[in-house]
Amino acid sequence: MNYYPLIIVTFFPAVGILIIALLKKEQKKAIRWVALVTSIITFGISLWILSLYDPNNPNIQLTVKILWLKASDIEVNFLMGLDGLNLLLLLLTTFISPLTILYTWSSIDERVKAFMLFFLFQEISMIGAFLALDLIFFFIFWEFSLIPMYFIIGIWGHERRIYATLKFILFTMTGSAFMLVAFLFIGLTAGTFSWIDLINNRALFGNYQLFLFIFMAIGFAVKVPMWPLHTWLPDAHVEAPAAGSVILAGIMLKLGTYGFLRFNLFLFPELSIKAAPYIGVLALIAILYGAAVSYAQNNFKKLVAFSSVSHLGFVMLGLFALNQQGIAGGILQMINHGLSTSALFLIVGMLYERRHSLEFAAYGGIWKTIPVLGAITLVVTLSSMGLPGLNGFVGEFTILLGAFHSTALRTYWIAGIAAVGVILAAIYLLVMFERAYLGPIKHEENRKLPDINIREVLVLVPILIFIFWIGLYPKTFFDLINPTVQNLVSIVQSTAVAMH
Amino acid sequence: MMTLADFVALLPLVIVVVWTLIVLVLDLWIPADRKGVTAFLSALGLAAAMGVNLSQSGYVVSAFNGMAIADNYSRFLSTIFLLSGIAGIGIAYDYIKRMGIERGEYYLLIMLSVAGMMLMSYAYDLIIVFLALELLSLPLYILAGFARSRRTSEEASIKYFLLGTFAVTFVVYGISLVYGATSYTNLGDIINQVRAGGLYSDVMLLIGSGMLLLGFSFKAAIVPFHGWVPDVYQGSPSPVVGFMSIGAKAAGITALLRVFVIAFPTLSANLTPVLYGLAVITMILGNVVALSQRNIKRLLAYSSIANGGYLLMAFVPYGQSAVVNNSVGSMLFYLLAYALTNFAAWGVAISLEHGDGEGLQLEDYAGLGKKSPILALTMVVAMLSYTGIPLTIGFWGKFYLFRTAIQGGFIALAVIGLITSVASAYYYLRVIVYMYMHPGDPVVTGDFWLKLVAVVAALAVIGLSFIPGSVFNFAVQSIIH
Repeated sequence: MNYYPLIIVTFFPAVGILIIALLKKEQKKAIRWVALVTSIITFGISLWILSLYDPNNPNIQLTVKILWLKASDIEVNFLMGLDGLNLLLLLLTTFISPLTILYTWSSIDERVKAFMLFFLFQEISMIGAFLALDLIFFFIFWEFSLIPMYFIIGIWGHERRIYATLKFILFTMTGSAFMLVAFLFIGLTAGTFSWIDLINNRALFGNYQLFLFIFMAIGFAVKVPMWPLHTWLPDAHVEAPAAGSVILAGIMLKLGTYGFLRFNLFLFPELSIKAAPYIGVLALIAILYGAAVSYAQNNFKKLVAFSSVSHLGFVMLGLFALNQQGIAGGILQMINHGLSTSALFLIVGMLYERRHSLEFAAYGGIWKTIPVLGAITLVVTLSSMGLPGLNGFVGEFTILLGAFHSTALRTYWIAGIAAVGVILAAIYLLVMFERAYLGPIKHEENRKLPDINIREVLVLVPILIFIFWIGLYPKTFFDLINPTVQNLVSIVQSTAVAMH
Repeated sequence: MMTLADFVALLPLVIVVVWTLIVLVLDLWIPADRKGVTAFLSALGLAAAMGVNLSQSGYVVSAFNGMAIADNYSRFLSTIFLLSGIAGIGIAYDYIKRMGIERGEYYLLIMLSVAGMMLMSYAYDLIIVFLALELLSLPLYILAGFARSRRTSEEASIKYFLLGTFAVTFVVYGISLVYGATSYTNLGDIINQVRAGGLYSDVMLLIGSGMLLLGFSFKAAIVPFHGWVPDVYQGSPSPVVGFMSIGAKAAGITALLRVFVIAFPTLSANLTPVLYGLAVITMILGNVVALSQRNIKRLLAYSSIANGGYLLMAFVPYGQSAVVNNSVGSMLFYLLAYALTNFAAWGVAISLEHGDGEGLQLEDYAGLGKKSPILALTMVVAMLSYTGIPLTIGFWGKFYLFRTAIQGGFIALAVIGLITSVASAYYYLRVIVYMYMHPGDPVVTGDFWLKLVAVVAALAVIGLSFIPGSVFNFAVQSIIH
């Protein structure tokens, strides 16, 4: 193929960046439209890529390979590719981005030009990180994605934004420092940074496996974030503008789990098996701890932020169950969390625009005044807590199924206790809904809140469609994931056999 | 015996020296209110030397009876020195006029110092190393005190001079010990003598090399020989610092690389732990102390110390013949990256400085993002490049340095380097925080040339990051002969 769809989809937002750069600061409307149209077209391109993708082929497809840098002993290629691991994440990224831009129509009114520029840069770097298969390019996109988010939190955030944004960037950079050392070591040992070549050369790392596995795991674990490295997350989320939280929780956190999947599991299956019980326990702690702390929050955003810690604990548990259901469920749960949490953050943002407060104390009984937004909130809340028929259930159920009979986790107790997390989620999410929407109206100003408008409907309804679609007919999505996961699981199994 | 061929081999250096002498005389007839002509003539001379320098690339020739050598190594470094000379003139023109210290000698001293640095890159004999060190340092001592009615400037000059000469005495003593041990001062002869086993004393050679290391470390501001840096940086006129922080550091590194790689590879077993220790404390101390700096000049001073540590990190495995080329290549690449980043940062810093040392606190940067988007963006690029964020040349600079350290088997060293560079993100990003996230109304001065230097440097920082491979190949071909 002479045209490279993956390059086009990655760098298409740059077109919007160029046009916006030429517009004047005052032309806010034009800037918003350019950003929106650019991101919608990017989504269109990703759908086109979906049509080119052959779901039955478990291997890397639509490969792009351009020699970038060649030194005496190593070469770095601009290498991109698509398989069941990153296809849905690509779609999630391009799907959430236009919706978020549409949401910011009214919430971001200052320095719109700069915001949209950062936003589109953010989109490029996230798409690039999901698609890159060369360690160095993965790192470049990964690291660069911090910069726009740093500005988005720092400029448009709430009161303690500067503290939060510095904490966010320093935590992540510390993690990626370890990751870079591991990547460099891998590249220098193998003479290539290409993931495709590396998975055929696993034996090379013999004695160094453990150090490489741990260093990479630190980098990804900060991003996920895994307990106990999660402390940056509540600060970043609470202080970020709603649009920033959406991107951060909906998409960026998945870079961490995706990194575990793509690099730790594929490159070091043997150590993954050995590490599974430990990571399983950490994931379990994250599930329970995130749920318990969520329950204690009086702040809307903090609650949703800590619920992410809990939900991503489920994802990690699924991935390190190291069997078909676990991994496939984990991947699907990444998408589910991306949809539900994005929707929750968008709703929180919409409420904040109406009421200018994130505290539950300012709400109560508002279902009477804004019934439509209330109904949508209820659906999203139920989806997040895993009600059967909605997307969250499918993901969590499959993960637990996988974890129960996982040999890698060694014991079904982990899955058994994790199941309690599902109940806890129901508690804190329903309490959240109750404190905001039900009961008597406590504040007079809550009597005349405007209900959802057409634009906001357009933001939320597409997400709802997928919440139902995944919940009612997940096969569409599992079919895209399964072949690659089977491939990975067979690698893990043959490694397990070799170990005994 | 000297022949014409010797001068042709060192033509760029000859051009700079001769042109300096010509302009020195011409300057007498240039009226005091039109010293821009001197600036222009000086920059022109450096640019001409640069053209000749680049056109000569490729061949290796020994000159002046083996006292000097012209190879790709010297050409790559001469390019950096000439660039920093031109930038040093560009960022100074408006500043020294604004501060009321305009004199034609400023530009001439810059040129002389550049000549000294270039001589260092050609040096193949310890005597020439010493001469070059003096030639590049003496003008810098004067330049540091150029704002001489200001007491801080005088203090900087005296401090730099006293400590600088003290450090040079170590170099001289080191040279004499090496001579005593090997009976040669020529780098090639020294190593031949070592290999032939004709040493008078092993210990004497080791002590001599240690003293040379100390002297060069002083120039490159390696901890614990960095004590002069913060005060000199803060007190000297800013454009001088912008020039010196790259030129003097690069000259120290130049000498270190050439002398140690050629003459003392056999001592690496003894020197590696020393270099390791120096690199570690330099990276840690530079970055940690920088965290608490609120004055931009002091902040950049400690950042410059820290960057010396990163450079030294790649030098630790210099004794391994498989790694040494990458070691040199990555250090040269980083020097280029650091130079470009430095011009951008100092350009902005000088634009904001006004009055008697006003406009240098971080608070004075508040609101720059709105007031002057281009300057603020330039500073952002510089800060991200210092930190080593992708899409800047600084990222690739650090990438190659860390790669060399890991290739040499010093993984712990690379980890320390990366962790300290994360710490450095805190103080670099704080500058961005002030520019974009605090409201304020900064005073922005600075003329066209100043901004041109800063913006062009920032564009190069981004532009070159897309072709790191070809730049690195250029650097890695600069093998030391």
